[in-house]
Amino acid sequence: MVDRHQDRKLVVSDPEKCSGCSICEYVCSMVNEKTFNPNKSRIRVIRMGMLANVAVSCRKCEDPVCVASCPKNALSQEESTGIIRVNEHACTGCGWCVGACTFGALNLHPDKKVAYTCNSCTDTDSNGEPQCVQWCPEEALQYVTAETLAQRARQKIVTQLLEAHETSKEKEENKQ
Amino acid sequence: MDAYAGKILHVNLTSGQIRTENLDERTAKLYLGGVGLGVNLLMEHSKPGRDAFDPDNPLIYCTGPLSGILGPAGNGYAVVSKSPLTGGVGEGQVQSFFGSELKRAGYDALVIKGKASALSYLWIDDDEIELRGAQHFKGSSVREVGQKICDEMGDFSVRVSGIGEAGEKLCRFATIISDEDHTVGRTGLGAVMGSKNLKAIAVRGTHDVNVANFESFVQFVKTLYERVKNLEPNKRSPIASKNLLELNSLSALATRNWNNSTFEGVEKINAAYLNDRYVKRAIGCATCEMNCNRVAVVSDVPFKDDVVARLDFDCLLSLGPLCGVDRLDAIVKATSLINDYGMDCVSVGAVIAFAMDLYEHGIITNEQTSGVDLRFGNVDALIDLINKIGKRDGWLGDVLAEGVVRAAEVIGGEAVKFACHVKCLELPGYDLRVLKNAALGFSVAFSGDGHLRNGAELLDIKGKVDHSKIESDIGSILVAESQRYNVLDSLILCKLSPEVYTWKDLVDYYMLATGIQVTEDELRQVGDRVENLARLFNILEGKGTRDYDDLPYKIKNCPVSDEGSEKGAVVVDDELQLGIDNYYVACGWTADGIPTVDRLKQVGLGNLAYISESAIKVARAQGIN
Repeated sequence: MVDRHQDRKLVVSDPEKCSGCSICEYVCSMVNEKTFNPNKSRIRVIRMGMLANVAVSCRKCEDPVCVASCPKNALSQEESTGIIRVNEHACTGCGWCVGACTFGALNLHPDKKVAYTCNSCTDTDSNGEPQCVQWCPEEALQYVTAETLAQRARQKIVTQLLEAHETSKEKEENKQ
Repeated sequence: MDAYAGKILHVNLTSGQIRTENLDERTAKLYLGGVGLGVNLLMEHSKPGRDAFDPDNPLIYCTGPLSGILGPAGNGYAVVSKSPLTGGVGEGQVQSFFGSELKRAGYDALVIKGKASALSYLWIDDDEIELRGAQHFKGSSVREVGQKICDEMGDFSVRVSGIGEAGEKLCRFATIISDEDHTVGRTGLGAVMGSKNLKAIAVRGTHDVNVANFESFVQFVKTLYERVKNLEPNKRSPIASKNLLELNSLSALATRNWNNSTFEGVEKINAAYLNDRYVKRAIGCATCEMNCNRVAVVSDVPFKDDVVARLDFDCLLSLGPLCGVDRLDAIVKATSLINDYGMDCVSVGAVIAFAMDLYEHGIITNEQTSGVDLRFGNVDALIDLINKIGKRDGWLGDVLAEGVVRAAEVIGGEAVKFACHVKCLELPGYDLRVLKNAALGFSVAFSGDGHLRNGAELLDIKGKVDHSKIESDIGSILVAESQRYNVLDSLILCKLSPEVYTWKDLVDYYMLATGIQVTEDELRQVGDRVENLARLFNILEGKGTRDYDDLPYKIKNCPVSDEGSEKGAVVVDDELQLGIDNYYVACGWTADGIPTVDRLKQVGLGNLAYISESAIKVARAQGIN
């Protein structure tokens, strides 16, 4: 397969489905760190109030600000996958990239004291989709391309419009 | 010993002394964690006869061996202390996020004694422990305190467990709340916290939690998740199921303070109605996929501001039918208010139903209610009373905050006959006159709340036994159920998911996580050990013998009046006493309800045999007189 930018997949969370259970955080540390510790997760859950839940991980930006911001050139983006790679020898743990990321998708590793972020489970021996996606009980997490997200958004909004149209038509008919 | 942190933290709020103690493998295996470890620590650190509000009554937080690791229904903590309501073992356990944070901070348990000089909160940042002023949180809800503490720390991953205004004011059924609105539930532990001038405990834990057999553990929890996924939706959430209609059709839905056993408004508060109109989200606790919590939002008049509350089935029973209330918007509003004050919904509902009953019978007057029309079903009165109780405002609010038994003593006269409780803990909203085996199970529960100690009501409701009579083999059934509940509460696995685990699963779960070898028999014996130890605690407090295994006046003297097959149903004392005999025999206890020395030796409590010996002597002496 030809590597195309539009084929880069990322882990996204559907706030309509996410229940904020944090299974993804535990699974991430389990798979990537061989321990249980949400503080070492590459995906992070936010629960605000009780109604808003969402999990955030690396968006694999086209022009990643984290890479640009690193004063030590320790960060690079893998061309084929969009994964941000951290050269752990070069990284000084200054945290500039952490602050620079719009999504809070980078963290400093509590033990190694270097930056780390989602690697789509490519550093592990697991197969297929990232493990957080495979374990998510609500199917709120998905491993998709930006194009798929756009298509879904279009389908959703058009479906809603059609439904609204049907309802108003029914109302008209009932009146008559 | 993996999965455990291996440490117990002791904090004295009076002296400021802080020390840690190692949790040895022997104790871990004997009591597992959670409620079991908590009751053991309570026994070790309390002195008989000491008041629940005495600074030296220990407030004990325990995580479980499964806190901080992956697995459904497992990330919780338990709180144990002497209950200010019952004077015996007070306990509660709750899922959510606080327990795993405490484990990651490095503690299996936290024993708090003493009393801070002013309202304070305890800040646990891994090994750094600090008592900080909480004057500025006075009167705040735990939700607000949590937000403010996170703001102060500039860290939104800090988890907070604490009390609302009711706990500060020593309302005897105040509860402890964490992660916004997950409550530790019953027996008034929030008041114990309040009596220590302790507003909250905030934790940040960063350590790893490791399991003994990593690969097998991962495979094992994967099968558990699969199993939960395949559960019928009905079994995943009591509040979203048909349980309410089922109770009503059995004529077992306690209504208007046990004046009725069916509720005419049931259709308007059942799950379908609730889901259609008010439920906006189903959410779950940490690492659990059950998603049994229903978050309801009310935006109708008269509660104009959006009200958000996480609903619980037992709260619905107590705030709805028990108070004659058929308005879900009011029940959601009430739940939200009760959470803000930090109270136990079940006791609040029961205490208000009790007051309404007294009002309708002319035992409390308009003057005493300050003109509030306290008739059953009046939602304004419900909300008004919650505010008064939460603040101990006025004569009635102050009296009711003491719980039904103490309130009845103050009110005097016939009031005591309207107080529905076991061991001074208000009954949850099941009609025990109809559910006979539950009546027995509830009467013998060491905390006073049978539905959390042996779940006997489920045996009746689900038809596992004949609910119209106390079964002849009920003793051994109840012993087995208590074993299971005690083990679930000690491992801290949510009791809403008992069908997910067989005993073999519990054994595997524990061994894979901790590396400690255990058999099914040993695990069951933990359940028996906890039951007997709690019983001994109650005996030492003078509240553990047969006299205290009793049911309230109404259940034994006022037959069901509702038309239908259950009309006339009542618990006849002779039948109850036979059931209690049967249960004591199955427990290996004397006819006075005291564990025999042999039984204590069997369950590894031989060192405490002196308690039984002296209690048996006292009972004999009383028998002779």
